[in-house]
Amino acid sequence: MKNLLVFAIVLLTTGFQLQAQKFMTRTGHIKFYSHTAMEDIEANNHQVTSILDTGTGELVFAVLMKSFQFEKALMQEHFNEKYVESAKFPKSTFKGKIINVEEVNFAKDGSYKAKVTGDLTIHGVTKEVSTEGTIVVAAGKISASAKFPVAVADYDIKIPGVVKDNIAKEIEVTVEMNYQPYTQEN
Amino acid sequence: MSTLRKTLLYFIWLMVPALSFAQDDLMDILDDMEGETTNYAFATFKTVRVVNAHSIELPAAGVLQLIISHRFGRINDGAYQFFGLDQANMRLGFEYGISRWLNVGVGRSNVNKTYDSFMKVKFFRQSSGKRVMPVSIVGVSGIQANTLNWADPDRTNYFSSRLSFSHQLLIARKFNEALSLQIMPTMIHRNLVATRAEDNDVFSIGAGGRVKITPSMSVNFEYFYILDLPGYSYTANNYQNSLSLSFDIETGGHVFQLMFTNSRGMTENLFVAETTGEWANGDIYFGFNLARVFTVSDKHKKQEKSKEDW
Repeated sequence: MKNLLVFAIVLLTTGFQLQAQKFMTRTGHIKFYSHTAMEDIEANNHQVTSILDTGTGELVFAVLMKSFQFEKALMQEHFNEKYVESAKFPKSTFKGKIINVEEVNFAKDGSYKAKVTGDLTIHGVTKEVSTEGTIVVAAGKISASAKFPVAVADYDIKIPGVVKDNIAKEIEVTVEMNYQPYTQEN
Repeated sequence: MSTLRKTLLYFIWLMVPALSFAQDDLMDILDDMEGETTNYAFATFKTVRVVNAHSIELPAAGVLQLIISHRFGRINDGAYQFFGLDQANMRLGFEYGISRWLNVGVGRSNVNKTYDSFMKVKFFRQSSGKRVMPVSIVGVSGIQANTLNWADPDRTNYFSSRLSFSHQLLIARKFNEALSLQIMPTMIHRNLVATRAEDNDVFSIGAGGRVKITPSMSVNFEYFYILDLPGYSYTANNYQNSLSLSFDIETGGHVFQLMFTNSRGMTENLFVAETTGEWANGDIYFGFNLARVFTVSDKHKKQEKSKEDW
């Protein structure tokens, strides 16, 4: 019986240890930037949720498309209604991994290059993407950033002819996350 | 209960929290973290008008909307008048979004040399999810001033005699991406009418809607039924119900509404209460609304940021 108890306690503490490897945010920032000769369009979303598992290197993001703020209200409406169809596809997600996670020392302050690869889902279309980002560990806090291009056509997003000169074929996506330790109460 | 069993139970009880932590899929944890959100319906209509009538759409805060409306002559005027296109009535209007729920507008139309202004207030927004509201509800009140020269300048004329008032409640639901419908109880009051027999007040129920045929195009319709109420039957018996069909084309910053209607006037006092054309006779006016938005301040961003949910 004692053995069983010990076993149980060991299992439990293992559970807690796994727990402590997770970091999360609800206020991550993702920016779209479209550059054309006609105009530059920028949209910001400061309500991105993300979890990073520093043990396994697993990384997930969820982005509510309606939370992107455009400079012009009408652009925001058209973005949601016509291009990404937010009513049909409310969320974009990324589910992937830091493949060189062993090279990142989350216990030591510093800046680390992180190779990330995984599945990006936008407008109901999933594509595998790879990019290189930066992880900064400072005073026990973890922040992550990355910049990568997204081709609009890859995700089956149709841009009508009349505005095709105003919207870039490739959108530059910037990701900036400041993580905090994950707890159930968060 | 044996000791072993007790131990086992204890063991299982101990495991429960560990199991709940052991959600392998980070995506599931993210979903739990987010909780339920409120989804507000947006883009119920392409623009601020269904055809002649106001839609529940308001220009965003800090956005100025210019609307140029044209109604040509009657199609049944024939080839000599080029099926109405030789004549045109027009209205020039500006609308401004003071906040997400408040909008004011002014306009000038050559029909009866009418100046008009209105205030539009959004009371409820259709939503699903955390907060459920089946419809959006907007109130519009307008005042119209007929500034034609006085018919009889020699008698004592009062400015108040030039005024008409309109009050509407717009109740709309976006059923899906393609279909939106709107009900519009309407009251028109004219301070002065031409003869003693005519009613100063007109009550009407309007219905409108749109069917989106492509992401940038929709077909809209609108009908105002004049209520034949006891004591208010003159208008119902002597004027026509307004029926309009339009084809909306949105091109980025512009919305074009190409329409056929039996109403010549472009203000509520005229198209609800003084429509004379009959569709069956071919008294149909071809026309268009051209709406263009100008972002004059970045109010909408600030409002969204403050996340004020009203």
